[in-house]
Amino acid sequence: MENNSPTTVSGKIPFWRDVRVLRVLFQGIFLLGVILLLAILYRNMLEGLRGLGLTLNFNFLQDEAGFDISEGPIAYDPSDTYLKAFCVGILNTLSISIIGIVCATLIGLLFGIARLSSNWLIRTIAAAYVECFRNIPLLLQIIFWYTAVVAQLPNVRESISLFGGAFINNRGIYLPSPEPTSSLKIWLWFLGAGLLLAVILYIVRWRQLQQLDRPGFPAKWALPAFLIVALCGWFLTPGRPFTLDLPALQGFNYQGGMRFTPEFSSLLIGLSIYTSAFIAEVVRSGIQSVVKGQREAARSVGLKEGQTLRLVVLPQAIPIIVPPLTSQYLNLAKNSSLATAVAFPDLFHVGDTMMNQTGQSIPVFAMIMVSYLVMSLTTSAAMNWYNRWITRIGR
Amino acid sequence: MRKFLFRVSALVLAISLVIPLLASGEESILDKVKNRGRLVCGVNKELPGFGFLSQDGTWKGFDVDYGRAIAAAVLGDPDKVEFRPLKAADRFPALQTGEIDVLIRNTTWTLTRDTDLGADFAPPTFYDGQGFMLRKDLGITSLKELAGATIGVTSGSTTELNLADTTRALGIKVEPIVFAETETLYQSYDQGRCDAVTSDKSQLVSRRQSLKNPDDHVILDVTISKEPLGPVTVHGDNKWNDIVSWVVYATFFAEEHGITQANVNTFKTENPEIKRFLGTDDGTGMGGKLGLPKDWARQVIAAVGNYGELFERNLTPLGLPRGVNKPWTQGGLLYAIPFR
Repeated sequence: MENNSPTTVSGKIPFWRDVRVLRVLFQGIFLLGVILLLAILYRNMLEGLRGLGLTLNFNFLQDEAGFDISEGPIAYDPSDTYLKAFCVGILNTLSISIIGIVCATLIGLLFGIARLSSNWLIRTIAAAYVECFRNIPLLLQIIFWYTAVVAQLPNVRESISLFGGAFINNRGIYLPSPEPTSSLKIWLWFLGAGLLLAVILYIVRWRQLQQLDRPGFPAKWALPAFLIVALCGWFLTPGRPFTLDLPALQGFNYQGGMRFTPEFSSLLIGLSIYTSAFIAEVVRSGIQSVVKGQREAARSVGLKEGQTLRLVVLPQAIPIIVPPLTSQYLNLAKNSSLATAVAFPDLFHVGDTMMNQTGQSIPVFAMIMVSYLVMSLTTSAAMNWYNRWITRIGR
Repeated sequence: MRKFLFRVSALVLAISLVIPLLASGEESILDKVKNRGRLVCGVNKELPGFGFLSQDGTWKGFDVDYGRAIAAAVLGDPDKVEFRPLKAADRFPALQTGEIDVLIRNTTWTLTRDTDLGADFAPPTFYDGQGFMLRKDLGITSLKELAGATIGVTSGSTTELNLADTTRALGIKVEPIVFAETETLYQSYDQGRCDAVTSDKSQLVSRRQSLKNPDDHVILDVTISKEPLGPVTVHGDNKWNDIVSWVVYATFFAEEHGITQANVNTFKTENPEIKRFLGTDDGTGMGGKLGLPKDWARQVIAAVGNYGELFERNLTPLGLPRGVNKPWTQGGLLYAIPFR
């Protein structure tokens, strides 16, 4: 010790020259400064608001909203409260995000795998798709889908009719929707029985595969068994479990059936395609990160192409794919706030209207931010959990 | 060296703490405008006749001219004004945060806006009402027939609320589509996404001109609301609101007395009120009481003309009749408060 420090100082180092003390001190001062600054900004804001005769509170949420919302998964009326209007906004954001994530993942997976195809044409088309859609700003794409594609569809009275039950016009896509009837209960019994049978078959097959110590697909028997029972049930049930509610022209618009509005459709198309281009790259890089030797080894022990992918490549690729995939999911959910551009009443759009009608910008902004934060953190947590689960199984 | 760094960082910290404190010190909007040497005015950029950016890059319109009038009164030069285009939903936050000095963007005066939004209204410059525009070939003449229709509207407007109120009162259901941009609203209507569009009648008249076939569209002969449109200032600076209000009154007064842009500089009169108005009386005159130059009203009229001239220049070309927007002496609603 003494050899290492030849200039040993006798006595203690004064604290203002002691690096260990200074380090803590500076951090403390910095923290204090940040807190003070925030406190002053907050005070300033309150002062400013008082000058305008405004107060910060959430009481307005119980007031009657007075404005209408064009679409939403729950019934809403202008006489409902601001709180309910906000909930409609949240539900709309959730539905566009969830459906968007599913679509983007499927399309992305397809193009990601296509980019690795040995076929030159498929490979090139996939590369062009990715480069084209991820390099054009999303807002531009959404507005393009809205004004240049969806709005150019024919008028209501000249709707394109598909199989007599589905209609497409510039007011939306109208599909027949299944309406449950009284005999649905009987069919549900069949479904329950089918499910039970499927579970039993799955376990039996899984045990068998374990005993044989062979790779295989344990649902190979269970899935067809379930489908057969369900199908038999469908025909054996007196009457049909569902009737089709067909959309029909009534007054200004088609009524009945299921409907996707142009706003929802163009936003969904824009978000899915844009994000899928990024997901395709994530999938491609994940698959390519598995070294070639692994595939060759799998083939040399006699695994088929599909088995190689399922048992060797994917278990190693998925842990690499999932973290960047999570980021893409979060991006999609947050990008859905571009809905305002095409008049889709999402969380931000409804919040914006609320801010304008009540003047409570800061509380509403806080509510919007917290909503997005909760959504993002939940998605993140779910994906992290999935990643841990899949890595444990894979290893 | 470390001591020096410590001192510097302490100084920086101290300054950063003090600056926000200083910034919160009240500076009146009038002083702010004078020090800056220019007025910042929030306007519409998509409404021909009221506020729009013309092809040669100049701002034109009725609301825009009122911005110029205020600049003329305060700074003596109608060109010392910067126009900020604002969406309907952005206008009140822009006013509350002090980003703009005055908002003149076809804004309706309502109780909620006067109280909860921290806005102070100057006298209305245009009395409007909400109407509906739709395709002629639908053959619709009353609101009840609109049941089930898709109706386009802009967000953050009183129109959005009036539409909900009216349909509830009539007991009909309509599908509202709420657009953030006026431009997208009329584009979608033109493409047939909506059956009808609802807004202030002046806006419908103004925007009908830019549809593909203006003659295919008709404005229903129904008015569902009162829409007094006027300039807005932020709540809490009464002196500034006085100035904006009296600039509006000055345009009314000039029309009542036949003072025009052409004759304002040579107007001969022995009427003491008109002399006070023009600033040709003795002393500091009316301008002094407002904190403005003595000849402020003359500057206003010289810059933009009286109300009638403003209307004729901007709104008559659209085909808007004057209606109730006439001086009270002719049976209208424009009534200047005495210049005394």
